[in-house]
Amino acid sequence: MTATVTEIQQNKSNDPDYQALPELSLSTQSVTLGYDQTIITNNLSVDIPEGKFSIIVGPNGCGKSTLLRALSRLLPPKSGQVRLNGQDIHTLPTREVAKILGLLPQSAIAPDGIKVVDLVARGRFPHQKWFQPWREQDQIAVESAMKATGIMEFAQHHVDQLSGGQKQRVWVAMALAQETPLLLLDEPTTYLDIAHQIELMDLFQDLNRLQGHTMVAVLHDLNHACRYADNLIAMKEGKIITSGAPKDVVTEALIEDVFGLPCMILEDPVSGTPLIIPKGRQVSLSDKL
Amino acid sequence: MKVYRTHTLTITNFVSHYPKQIICFFTLALVIATLFFGQHIAENVQDIWRLLTGQAAPYQSIVVWQWRASRLFAALVIGAALGISGAVFQSLVRNPLGSPDITGFNVGAFTGVLLSIALFGNLYWFSVLGAILGGLFSALLVYIFAYRDGHSGFRLIIVGIAISATLSAFNQWLILSVSLETAMTAALWGAGTLNGITWVRILPAAVLIAAFILCAFLLNTRMKLLEMGDDTAAALGVSVNKTRLTLMFVGVALTAVATAITGPIAFIALAAPQIAKRLENSASTSLGSSALVGGLLLLSADFIAQHSWEGSTLPVGLITVSLGGIYLVFLIIREGRK
Repeated sequence: MTATVTEIQQNKSNDPDYQALPELSLSTQSVTLGYDQTIITNNLSVDIPEGKFSIIVGPNGCGKSTLLRALSRLLPPKSGQVRLNGQDIHTLPTREVAKILGLLPQSAIAPDGIKVVDLVARGRFPHQKWFQPWREQDQIAVESAMKATGIMEFAQHHVDQLSGGQKQRVWVAMALAQETPLLLLDEPTTYLDIAHQIELMDLFQDLNRLQGHTMVAVLHDLNHACRYADNLIAMKEGKIITSGAPKDVVTEALIEDVFGLPCMILEDPVSGTPLIIPKGRQVSLSDKL
Repeated sequence: MKVYRTHTLTITNFVSHYPKQIICFFTLALVIATLFFGQHIAENVQDIWRLLTGQAAPYQSIVVWQWRASRLFAALVIGAALGISGAVFQSLVRNPLGSPDITGFNVGAFTGVLLSIALFGNLYWFSVLGAILGGLFSALLVYIFAYRDGHSGFRLIIVGIAISATLSAFNQWLILSVSLETAMTAALWGAGTLNGITWVRILPAAVLIAAFILCAFLLNTRMKLLEMGDDTAAALGVSVNKTRLTLMFVGVALTAVATAITGPIAFIALAAPQIAKRLENSASTSLGSSALVGGLLLLSADFIAQHSWEGSTLPVGLITVSLGGIYLVFLIIREGRK
């Protein structure tokens, strides 16, 4: 597994089309986050490692989506700072931030009857100036985003005609057309069937490993998180319990502590990563025999 | 792979291919009819040519260029303002019912006009300013009363209808409590009319309207991004709150200035963007077509108002309200089915 990654990374430097992305850092410095009177997390500090695929997991209401909203500057912290490349993200012009940081939000509304290619093209907004016509580089960005997400054949279709999995890929393509070195994904696989979930996660992994995007995702499925994350961030009640490579940090005790779920941990026969088997109250194998 | 028929020439196809050209054609036809039709004005093409080149008799010239042309210009400009105002609000609220004449911003603007007449007399710029302030005030009221953990488009509309009804009642009371002369001016105005429009009245307002329309066009891209949801727009680098407030201001101001000149004219802001959308058969309403359709609608409504009743002119607001009522019922039934 590690060997293949290194191989790919070596290939990257040989590839003449590969351009090194600029230095990148995103972190929160003891932020307090919440809505109106409700405080969700207090004094939270987290570093997003550059070039890695970080996945945030935790039970409902633990503040993982809130953290992602704060990282993507959608939610201003009540205290503390979110820092992008060393600067307070809220002091930077939002359009400049949009050239560095892309987000796939949970609640995107596709305008009635819009075509796929037109929706993807909207991702170019931060790169366009007033009165600037559509440039060749915009066209190239849109096309390569559609190619990367495999939606080229639907380019002229209406978004509302597509299936859930295809639609989600269109939104990913829009975020990719934004050409940001950093991509944040808020529960990107929710509402998709298992095949589409895996397909999308593979796509994200490719974006991370082949194109060098730094990725942060909030995910519900622990096993997917363990399989795809370079850096797993486990949250509970607004605090980060642990973070690190899934192999190093995921234990039965951790899952019991974070999710309150008794479980067994096996090695995923496909990826070699931890595979979580919930025990639950169901009849066990020994009872059946 | 689906194969789309693209080259069959049906009327629907034709319309959706050349929507702007068709609207322009009808507008032009109506412009010519409005300007030149009628006994003693122009009886043949030569008469029209004389009028165009300034060789006609003074009487005909005055009727056509002073009276009819200013009224026609006003209908187009005010119609365009209302059409764009409607398109902006329908986009902000993400609902075809979310137009300033449903949510009562034009009633609020009219309240402002009435107050300014009652306090300062019938002064042009005071009326315009009063209309803008009144419109903004009613928008603020709707905004405050509809707030509950953010704004849902539907709640804004319902609260808007309520505020609109309240303000109408207040307007009635105002009209009853001022002097008879003021009340009569106000009442006539309250129906929404293009009677008594002169170049002096419409030109300054037209400049203001042009400026606000320009603002709307400049914010067009951001407005479309906002339609995809606040988070998506923000992620793409749109300052969501700033943009929304500016758009609301532009939308209210357009309705308000129009109301200051003609009184509240319903239906145009509601229908123009939707008609434009269906003509264009496209995803989102374009501001340009909404303006064109708005102008054409008001012009034709005014044509009907002037010519349907032998010997007298109806207020154009009456025509738009009657047509608008039918359209509104249709729209509510259609939305209700969804």
